[in-house]
Amino acid sequence: MSSILIAEQILNGLQFGLMLFLLAAGLTLVFGIMDLMNLAHGSLYMIGAYLMATLLAATGNFWLALPLAVLATALVGLVLEVALMRHLYARDHLAQVLATFAVILIADDLVKMIWGPAPLMLNAPPSLAGPVELLPGFYYPAYRLLIIGVGLAAAIGLYLLVTRTRAGMLVRAGASNREMAAIMGVRVQRLFMAVFVLGAALCAVAGALLGPVLAVEVGMGENILILALVVIVIGGIGSIRGAFVGALLVGLVDTAGRAFLPSLLNAVMPLNVAANLGPALAAIAIYLLMAIVLIAKPTGLFPARG
Amino acid sequence: MSGLPPRLLRALPWLLLAVAVALPWIAQALDQVFYIGVARRILIFALAAASLNLILGFGGLVSLGHAAFFGVGAYGVGILMVEGVRSAWIAWPLAVLAAAAFALAIGAVSLRTRGVYFIMITLAFAQMVYYVAVGLKTYGGEDGLNLPGKSQVGLGIDLSHDITFYYVVLALFAASMFLLNRLIDSRFGRALIGVRENESRMEAIGFATYRLRLIAFVIAGALAGLAGVLFANHNSFVSPVVLHWTQSATLVIMVILGGIGYRYGGLYGAATLLLLEEVLSMYTEYWHLALGVLLLVVVFAAPRGLAGLLTRKSH
Amino acid sequence: MALLAVERLSKRFGGLVATEAVSLGVEPGGVHALIGPNGAGKSTLINQLSGSLAPDSGRIFFDGEDITARAMHERVARGLARSYQITNVFKRFSALDGVALAVQARSGSSLRFWQPVQRERALFDQAAAVLDRVGLGARKDTPAAALAHGEQRQLEVALALATNPRLLLLDEPMAGQGPDESARMIELLGQLKGSVTLLLVEHDMDAVFRLADTISVLVYGRLIASGPPAAIRANEEVRRAYLGEEEVTP
Repeated sequence: MSSILIAEQILNGLQFGLMLFLLAAGLTLVFGIMDLMNLAHGSLYMIGAYLMATLLAATGNFWLALPLAVLATALVGLVLEVALMRHLYARDHLAQVLATFAVILIADDLVKMIWGPAPLMLNAPPSLAGPVELLPGFYYPAYRLLIIGVGLAAAIGLYLLVTRTRAGMLVRAGASNREMAAIMGVRVQRLFMAVFVLGAALCAVAGALLGPVLAVEVGMGENILILALVVIVIGGIGSIRGAFVGALLVGLVDTAGRAFLPSLLNAVMPLNVAANLGPALAAIAIYLLMAIVLIAKPTGLFPARG
Repeated sequence: MSGLPPRLLRALPWLLLAVAVALPWIAQALDQVFYIGVARRILIFALAAASLNLILGFGGLVSLGHAAFFGVGAYGVGILMVEGVRSAWIAWPLAVLAAAAFALAIGAVSLRTRGVYFIMITLAFAQMVYYVAVGLKTYGGEDGLNLPGKSQVGLGIDLSHDITFYYVVLALFAASMFLLNRLIDSRFGRALIGVRENESRMEAIGFATYRLRLIAFVIAGALAGLAGVLFANHNSFVSPVVLHWTQSATLVIMVILGGIGYRYGGLYGAATLLLLEEVLSMYTEYWHLALGVLLLVVVFAAPRGLAGLLTRKSH
Repeated sequence: MALLAVERLSKRFGGLVATEAVSLGVEPGGVHALIGPNGAGKSTLINQLSGSLAPDSGRIFFDGEDITARAMHERVARGLARSYQITNVFKRFSALDGVALAVQARSGSSLRFWQPVQRERALFDQAAAVLDRVGLGARKDTPAAALAHGEQRQLEVALALATNPRLLLLDEPMAGQGPDESARMIELLGQLKGSVTLLLVEHDMDAVFRLADTISVLVYGRLIASGPPAAIRANEEVRRAYLGEEEVTP
C-alpha cells in the first residue's frame, strides 16, 4: 500500500469530513439550541444541490451560481422556519420527528415534480477540472482541494462567529441553557430564526460543492442525514467543536474504511469471506465508532449542555 | 375534539375484527381480491407497529432500530427455507427466537443510554444489521433473496392459498394483540408504564428498571420478528430494504400517527398509513407529497394521534 | 448494633468536596436528624445512602451488610427507602395507583404478564391504608399533578412508606410547606417513630428539635458534631457555623 494512496485517502476523508461538518454544524446548533429534532435537514442539503445545478445551467458560471444557490436555499430555510419549525419548538421530540419526516416526503416529491426523477448533472468548473501536483508524483483533483479549502474557511468562520462575536455568544449561551438565555433577555425567536437559516445556508454550501462528487438525486438527503446524525452524537449535541472533530473522524473512518478494510481483510482471511466481510465492515465502521464513543463518553466527546 | 362515546370506542376494535374476518368474502363479492393482499400487508405491519408501541408508547423508549428485528425474522425464515427447512413449525419459532436474541443483545447495550443517545444507538445497531444483510452475497445481498414459495404448515393449511394465508396472519395478529393487551394490564405492564412516567422514582421504590425495559425490548423484538416471518412469506422474497433505517422510521411514524401508548395505536397507524399510500397512489404519482401534507395536518390537529382523537380523555 | 453505619464516606465533584470522610451511625427505632447550612452536602449524602450516587470512597452498612455497591432497588428490597426534597411522584397517576406500584414492588415478582393487576385487591387495599396513614385517604383517586403542594409532599412520604422500609431517608419533607401543613407532617413523622427508623434531613429547626433523638451537623461536607439535641444546641462550633443565625426557642 503506497504512501501516495494513503495520502490520497486521507485527503478524501478530510474533504468528505469537512462537508459533513457543514451539515453537522447546522444540525447540532438546531438540536442544541432549539431542541429540535430536524429530520428535514437533509432535504435542505438536497435543495441546495438542485438549486446549484439549475443556477449553474442558467448562468454557466460556477462562481456566480454558488452564492446564489446558497442565498436561495437560505430563503427556503427562512420560509420553512416561519411556516413550520417555529411551531414545533414547543412540541415533544416525537411530534417533531413526525412533522420533519413529513417535510422530507413533501420535499422529495416537490423536487421530483420540478426537476423530474432522473439525477441531475452538476459539473465542477472547468478551471478546476484537472489534477494539482501537491508533491512530486502526488496528484490530487483541484476541485476536491477547493472543497477542502471552502470547508476549512467555513470552519474557521464559524469558530470566529461563535467565539468572537456577540451573536456567537448568544448562540453558545442558548446551546448550553435555553431557559437561562431566554430569562436573560436574549431575543429567542430571532436567534432561533437566525440559527435555522444559517444551518440551511451551510447545507446549501455542502450540497452545491458535493454535487459534482456525489450524485444529485432525490433521496440524497436521507443518505447524508444519517451520517450527520452520527457525527453530532459522536461530537456531542450543541457543540460546534464536537461537530468538527466528529465530522473529521467520521469522514476519515468512512473513507479509509472503504478504501483499506477490504484489502486488509484479504491479507488475513480467505478471499470469499473477505469479499463479503470487507465492504460490510467498512460500511459499519462509523456505527462501531459511534457505539465505542458512546460507551466511553455517553453524551459525546464535547457535550455543550452541562 | 370530543372523541367517540366510550362504548363505541371499546367496540371499535371488535368491529374492525369483524370487518377483517369478513373481508375475503366481501372482496370476492366485489371482485376485488387484490385487497386481500393489501389487508394482509396491513395486518403484518400493524403487528410490527403494535410491538414497537409496547416499548415506545408504553415503555417510553424511542427506538429507531426496530426494523432490525423485523428483518431478522424475515431473513431467518428466508435463509432456513432456502437451506431446505420449509416447515413453519420449525422455521418460524427459530426465526422469532433469532429476532429475540438480537433484541436481547442490542437492548442490553442500548438500554444503558438515554434520550437521543438511545435513539441513535438503536439506529446504529439496525444499520449494522442492514449492512450485514447487504454483505450476505450468498443470500442475495443487495438484490435480495427469492424464496421457493411459502412455509409449509401441514394440517391441510396451504399458505400459498391467498385466503388461507390471510386468515393465518389475521389469527396471529389477533392473538398477539390479545396477549399484548393482557400484558399491558398485568403487573409487568403497569411497571413498564411506571418506568416511562418516572424512572428514578421506580428505582427508588424498588423496581429493577433496566431489567424491566430489557424484557419489554425482547418481547417487542420477538413480535417484530414474527411480523417479519409473515412478511417474508407474504412476498416470497426478502431483501435488505426491510432493514433500512427509513423502515424503522416508518414504523415510528405509524405508532405516532396511530397514537402513542394507546392500545390500538399501532393498528390504527399502520392501517391508516398503508391505506393512504394505496388510495393516494391511485390518484397521483406524487402521493408522498399528499401523505406528507396529511401527516402535517395530524401533527397539529391530532397531537395525540388518531387513537387520541377518538378517545375523550387521557388514557 | 446500628441499623445504618456509614464509614468515612467521601465524594467530590471536580474541585468541590461534597462529602468529606463522613462517618455516622443510625440506631434503630429513633429519629436521627441531619442538619446543616445550604450547600453542606446533605442531599448528596442522602443520594449516596440511597444508591443514586456512587461515593468515591468509604462504606455503607445496612443491618450489618455492606451495601456500598448495591443498586438502589436492591437497597429498597432490604428495607432502605427515601423520599425526595423536590417532589418526584407519578404526576399522571392517581395517588392510589402510584402507591400501589410501590406496594407491588415489594409483594412478589413483577414478571407477571397475564393477570390484570386490577384484580389484586390486596395491593390496592394496602396502598389505600398507606394513604390513610399519611392523611391522603380522601384524595386517593386524584391525579398527583392535581394535588396541592402539601398533599404532594404527603404523597412523597407515602410512596417511600409503602415499600415497608426499616429505615426511611427523608430529604426535607417539610420543604415549601406552610405552618398547618408542616404541623401535620411533624405529627405524621411523630407517629411513624417506633415502627420505622427515620433519618431526617431538615432545615425546619422547630421540627428537628421536636422530633429528633439524635442530631448530626454537616458543614461543607464534614460532620462537625453528632449527639442528643441538648448537646448540639450547646455546641459552640455548631452555633457558630449554623445555629447562630437561626431563632431557636430553648
